[in-house]
Amino acid sequence: MNKTLLILKQEYLKRVKKKSFIVLTLLVPFLFAGMFALIIFLSINNDKEERTIAVYDESQLFLGELEQQGYTTFHFIPEEEYNELKSNLKESDFYALLYIPANIYSANVAQLLSVKQVPIELSEQIERKLSRFIENDKRQKVVEETRIPDLEDRLAGTKTSIKLNTLKISESGETKKSSSTIAFIASYVMGFIIYFFVFMYGSMVMRSVMEEKKNRIIEVIISSVKPMQLMAGKIIGTALVGLTQVGIWIVLGAVALGVVQGLFTPESAQQMGQSIMESQSAMSPAASQMAGQNQVTEVLEMIGNLNLPLILFSFVFYFLVGYLMYSSLLGAVGAAVDSDEDAQQLVFPVTIPLILSIMLLFPIAKNPEGPVAFWGSIIPFTSPVSMLARVPYGIPTWELLLSMFLLVLATVGAIWVAAKIYRTGILMYGKKVNLKELIKWLRYKS
Amino acid sequence: MEIFSARNVDKTFATTKALSDVSISVNEQSIFGLLGPNGAGKTTLIRIINQITAPDSGEVLLEGRKMKGSDVARIGYLPEERGLYKKMKIGEQAIYLAQLKGLSKQEATRNLKHWFERFEIMTWWNKKVEELSKGMAQKVQFITTVVHKPRLLIFDEPFSGFDPINANLLKREILNLRDEGATIIFSTHNMESVEELCDHIALINKSKKIVDGPTDEIREKYKQNIFEVKYKGEFEEVEKALGQKMKILGHAESEKENQLTVQYLNGDSNNKLIQQLLPVAEIISFEEIIPSMNDVFITAVEESNKK
Repeated sequence: MNKTLLILKQEYLKRVKKKSFIVLTLLVPFLFAGMFALIIFLSINNDKEERTIAVYDESQLFLGELEQQGYTTFHFIPEEEYNELKSNLKESDFYALLYIPANIYSANVAQLLSVKQVPIELSEQIERKLSRFIENDKRQKVVEETRIPDLEDRLAGTKTSIKLNTLKISESGETKKSSSTIAFIASYVMGFIIYFFVFMYGSMVMRSVMEEKKNRIIEVIISSVKPMQLMAGKIIGTALVGLTQVGIWIVLGAVALGVVQGLFTPESAQQMGQSIMESQSAMSPAASQMAGQNQVTEVLEMIGNLNLPLILFSFVFYFLVGYLMYSSLLGAVGAAVDSDEDAQQLVFPVTIPLILSIMLLFPIAKNPEGPVAFWGSIIPFTSPVSMLARVPYGIPTWELLLSMFLLVLATVGAIWVAAKIYRTGILMYGKKVNLKELIKWLRYKS
Repeated sequence: MEIFSARNVDKTFATTKALSDVSISVNEQSIFGLLGPNGAGKTTLIRIINQITAPDSGEVLLEGRKMKGSDVARIGYLPEERGLYKKMKIGEQAIYLAQLKGLSKQEATRNLKHWFERFEIMTWWNKKVEELSKGMAQKVQFITTVVHKPRLLIFDEPFSGFDPINANLLKREILNLRDEGATIIFSTHNMESVEELCDHIALINKSKKIVDGPTDEIREKYKQNIFEVKYKGEFEEVEKALGQKMKILGHAESEKENQLTVQYLNGDSNNKLIQQLLPVAEIISFEEIIPSMNDVFITAVEESNKK
């Protein structure tokens, strides 16, 4: 059997058979799914705590107007009780104390006194109630003053709420419903996954090289195989581990997406959409119209409208080539050093571009056409992360090709440098290695 | 029959000369000792033989042909600094290493089982290296060096780090392998083992080969006219009879016989020594002292350093 293949197989099986790999691979999707489910659960299920709020209405406007809303009830109290409660709210059964001043009509300010932090939703709810009441009252007065018949209806008819449907024209001229939010999330997630994988698997290669050097088995190995065969087997084997992991995740993700799509048939999705809307319906009458729209299926449609084949292709390409570049450099670092501390010192300069690119991720995802995004995705050392953050938004073909070409070029260079360092480094012990020393190694004849 | 040779090998690392114009020739089915002080260039030469590094100039030949990549399958190498994968199971690891040397999996398993049984360590097969003691790991390392039945075996400091029991086992196995047809090159500081094992040695000092030849011939060459004489008679008279030209290195007396170590200086001969002794003592035995490899080593290196 070809020796590179043998090493590749060995490296691959060694990692894939590890318990930590199996656990991590199977657990991560569930963790993500669980996190996602939790967020949805929390946003659908509002808090169900029963609260009674004492109301002292100095303005005398609201008596009988504040009805029970959901789990919140209002209880009106006279002034004496208010004064008393102000000092011992803690001991009372009331959750909070609402004070509506006499001048609320002109000052637009009321006060909510509580012991515990009041949830934003509740305070917004009360604000809305009070505002709506005064608004109605004012409107009523205007109607009476102007004596124009059905003015109220006509005013109501002027209420407008615009929803922006963002459509994108693809290069082939098709218009597709897109969402910059979805693209933003996709680009952020993509960039992060690439960063994470290149870093994780690159370091894996480095540790594997260091282990062989530390164990002193390296000399036996390279008396059997060429250092380059060893390095190649190691890097490719580890890459396959990464691809296996991503592959499993994609399959699990596709299955999960299928399940979600099956669960949310248009009807049930509509129901869910409505239940979400209901909680917000008080906000504006227009919002309740939107409830009719099928939000969940729309999101799924927009995910489907992303250029998935291109994203997947770019992901695999930038992962593989970016990984190849960084893992060969990190492998060289592993070969050059004797100890973990020395490794840290050399790992840092190698990974600076990678760390920089993760810092650029947010600005790029926010403005995928800006100069930061452009240069970040063209310069080879940051392009694996930066370009992936841009791809979900759609990218001019020439930029993609240029970026890929430069990345391949830089990777070839990185492999050349790494090979030189690796060959010299693996048999070098007890020498403190710095950058100057490494440059000297580059000049050695092989 | 020569099986391996290095011709005019030169190697420089940055500014350090590691080997300059070194040639060695190793006969088939012999044990070749590569000697020299630390840093002399032995390990570099060994790495060149193993094709781990390439010489700047000169060539290495195996069976008369220039050595090529696939020849590693015919070489077994036990480096001075040796190790195993700590987390891997012994059996699995040994099979992997044997496969890297070109054996098929079945062949590797078969050969390894044979060796493991021979060393009575079959029970270790499924253990991890980290569970083994250093001495145990050494046995496994030795097995992985020889499992592919190499024609040429190279041991770099094989006895360093081995406990005496394993060192003895190693010696026995080295001789066995030689008898079964293998050729062995080994480097060592252990001069006793050189006397015991080596048919031929080369001594390298400061990147240059300074001594080369069959072990007994070299020891012969480094004799210093020292004799051990057992006799009956008075030491004072013997001393007087020998005069200034003979140097007495030591003497011991007992009731039965006296013993004398003496060295004659240049210009004298064995017969002259005997002639001078005959009148004053009754000679029981007369034996020339052949220098130990240790003496040869020290003498040769010191001479070469003086130059």
